[in-house]
Amino acid sequence: MSDTHAQSVAFVRDTMLPEQPPPATEAGVIKWMRENLFKGWFNSLLTLLSLYFIYKIVTGAYPWFANGIWTTSSLAECREMLDGMTGACFSVLTERWNQLLFGFQYPSDAYWRPTLAFVLLLVALYPVLYPKAPRQMLTFTAVFPFIAYWLIWGGTLLTPLVILAGFVAGYFAFKQFERQSFSMGMLAGLIATLVVIWAGQILPAALPNFIALEAVESRNLGGFMLNMILGTVCVSLSLPFGILLALGRQSSMPIIKWICVIFIEFIRGVPLITLLFVANVVLAYFFPPGSNIDLVLRVIIMITAFASAYIAEVIRGGLAALPRGQYEAADSLGLDYAQAMRLIILPQALKISIPGIVNVAVGLFKDTTLVAIISMFDLVGMIRGPILASTEWNGVYWELWGFAVFVFFIVCFSISKYSQWLERQLATDHR
Amino acid sequence: MSTISDPPSGSFQLSMLINDTRYRSYTFQFIALILLILAFAYLGYNLLANLQAAGLNISYQFLGEPAGYDINQTLIPYTSQSSHWQASLVGVLNTLLVAFLGCLMATVIGVIVGVLRLSDNWLIRQLMSVYVEIFRNVPVLIWILIIMAVFIAVLPQPRDFRGDDPEATMFLNAFAFTGRGFYAPAPIFGPGSVAVIAVFLASIAGIFAFRNYAKKALYERGQLIPTFWPSLAIFFLPAITAYFIFGRPITLEYPELRGFNFQGGIFMRNSLIALWFALSIYTAAFIAENVRAGILAVSKGQTEAAASLGLRPGRIMNLVVLPQALRVIIPPLISQYLNLTKNSSLAIAVGYMDLTGTLGGITLNQTGRAIEAIFLLMLFYLAISLAISAIMNVYNNAVKLKER
Repeated sequence: MSDTHAQSVAFVRDTMLPEQPPPATEAGVIKWMRENLFKGWFNSLLTLLSLYFIYKIVTGAYPWFANGIWTTSSLAECREMLDGMTGACFSVLTERWNQLLFGFQYPSDAYWRPTLAFVLLLVALYPVLYPKAPRQMLTFTAVFPFIAYWLIWGGTLLTPLVILAGFVAGYFAFKQFERQSFSMGMLAGLIATLVVIWAGQILPAALPNFIALEAVESRNLGGFMLNMILGTVCVSLSLPFGILLALGRQSSMPIIKWICVIFIEFIRGVPLITLLFVANVVLAYFFPPGSNIDLVLRVIIMITAFASAYIAEVIRGGLAALPRGQYEAADSLGLDYAQAMRLIILPQALKISIPGIVNVAVGLFKDTTLVAIISMFDLVGMIRGPILASTEWNGVYWELWGFAVFVFFIVCFSISKYSQWLERQLATDHR
Repeated sequence: MSTISDPPSGSFQLSMLINDTRYRSYTFQFIALILLILAFAYLGYNLLANLQAAGLNISYQFLGEPAGYDINQTLIPYTSQSSHWQASLVGVLNTLLVAFLGCLMATVIGVIVGVLRLSDNWLIRQLMSVYVEIFRNVPVLIWILIIMAVFIAVLPQPRDFRGDDPEATMFLNAFAFTGRGFYAPAPIFGPGSVAVIAVFLASIAGIFAFRNYAKKALYERGQLIPTFWPSLAIFFLPAITAYFIFGRPITLEYPELRGFNFQGGIFMRNSLIALWFALSIYTAAFIAENVRAGILAVSKGQTEAAASLGLRPGRIMNLVVLPQALRVIIPPLISQYLNLTKNSSLAIAVGYMDLTGTLGGITLNQTGRAIEAIFLLMLFYLAISLAISAIMNVYNNAVKLKER
């Protein structure tokens, strides 16, 4: 342009002013509160209402907790000690602690066994849940079910050992015949397992006292232990069945496809409680006459069937979400169906399905409380039945139900948090 | 240089059933079918043998026999002399009643909580996530039992309403909330009430017609017709006018305290209320998550694009965000309704007589017809599930993104 103003005084300031602090209302806590708590009259109203609500809850619950009594042996004594004050009677929890955890019929000198099984469960789950754990620990995970069975149900160690030997034989037979074809290997493994177990069952019968623990009958299981047993057993059993059902439903063979579709839709269409009724009163009719399958096993069968159908649907979603190219790539490599599924499709599909599977697992764990309705004494059954009906503790609602809520919340909330963590760990795509 | 291998010729050999991919699937299906038939035959054989051993047979005659038990909450006339079939029908209606009420309330709470979880207000957001996490992570059975226990423990008994200085009073002199249940005024339909109801139904149809007209006017001529206040007017005015023209044919019967209990009005047992509340609050936590996910699924660009077209916030919500969010929200919402309906079978834990309580409970225990009763029970729930899935498929096809 021109030089007209070249010599004139600079109109624009050429030195920086020192920075001013922002106005007090636009910084720090006040700004945060203005933006997050008092933005507009409606938000302010909501904030005040919530504050009032929280205040009510805290002032109501605090004396209840603070005055809580932990050491009496009945509700009447609690009331005497409280002398009209508000206060919780937590002594029901301390006095009935073992009943809440183990039920009221489990032999009390054997409480260490389920406790130990629970600790071992955590050890066994560690390599499954934490991908960076040493892989050798998976061997312990594979052995754990047999140890846990022996610890909880007792009897001779030979029973689980024989079954374990059956599985080991099956594994070696599978490895032997896998080179011919996958289905051949599976068939050989199945036959070897059944033969070894069938032949081996004379051992526990011959030596019933070989390293034996005191035997506990299934109907004596109870308390939160029963919820844990049903939850872990049914979830872990339903995973393989769910995968098979999902693959069956995706199959191009119409008969197999329709068998799976009908099974899945039937199970998903009825409430779990009707399936538990089936386990309770109907299922016995379908076993060979004279056989006496105990209730816990029947319930495990039905809950596993229930969970398998839901897991199958989740995995089907994972299979459907895989791009078509993955299937075609596997085919063009010349892999057969079993190889393609094991090496290419399932690892990816299962990874996509993890959140869904965890949702099903949490739902299933919550649903194990339904066994209380067919008069099994799980945690809810214990509270509803023997504890609330006893003369000492008749009327202690809040403490007991609060405990049940607390226990289930801790378990389910941590499982769902774990699944979110795992999703982040497994996210291999770059976002 | 293309080599086309000849298709394998020659006669069919038995080994091809296993080695040839063209025939192998038939082999597998055949084996599966045989195994299935064998399994069913085995189960059927066991069933027959067991039934014979117990001296039982399969028969549905018990449905016609008198039930012999009372049901404390019925929608249709029922006495203990009615048949098991009628008892089951009462159960079906009770199931549908609690499922309907539950779905309604769960939707309202769920939508409010879901929207509030996205609010600007930090405190409200935290409170709502606490609500969602607590209710999602604890079994619904525990909630049902807790709410039932709270009702019985906290609410006054009918006897507390008695006397000159009662411990409890009725709300507006019309509603009584007692530990035994809730009492509300019941409408009594006198002569001429049919006309009022007809007018009311016609005015609802009128609202839809008016909204269609307004939409058409907007799309075809670009003319904006306000709809909210006119709809409200169409909803109330004709019905109220008709109500007075026909001489107030509909009156209310108020519940009254007589003796130790309330008489008259509508009575909802505490078990129904507890079940209703528990199912709604529990399911609402799941619905809230669906609603939140649905709203978040509409990308921010859509809102901004609508704003840059000059739409106002309310219209952005109604015309741009909601139609897209609903497509994401409604399928899981319907599956939550289905879950709620199935969970309503937990009524048996608090003694509400739904189908599980009548057919699967007392009828089963009295007649010992376990197989038949549970079969019918499953059939009913299956029918509901399949019907709802069918509706959902129709809806999904209707709102599916029309792609090339």
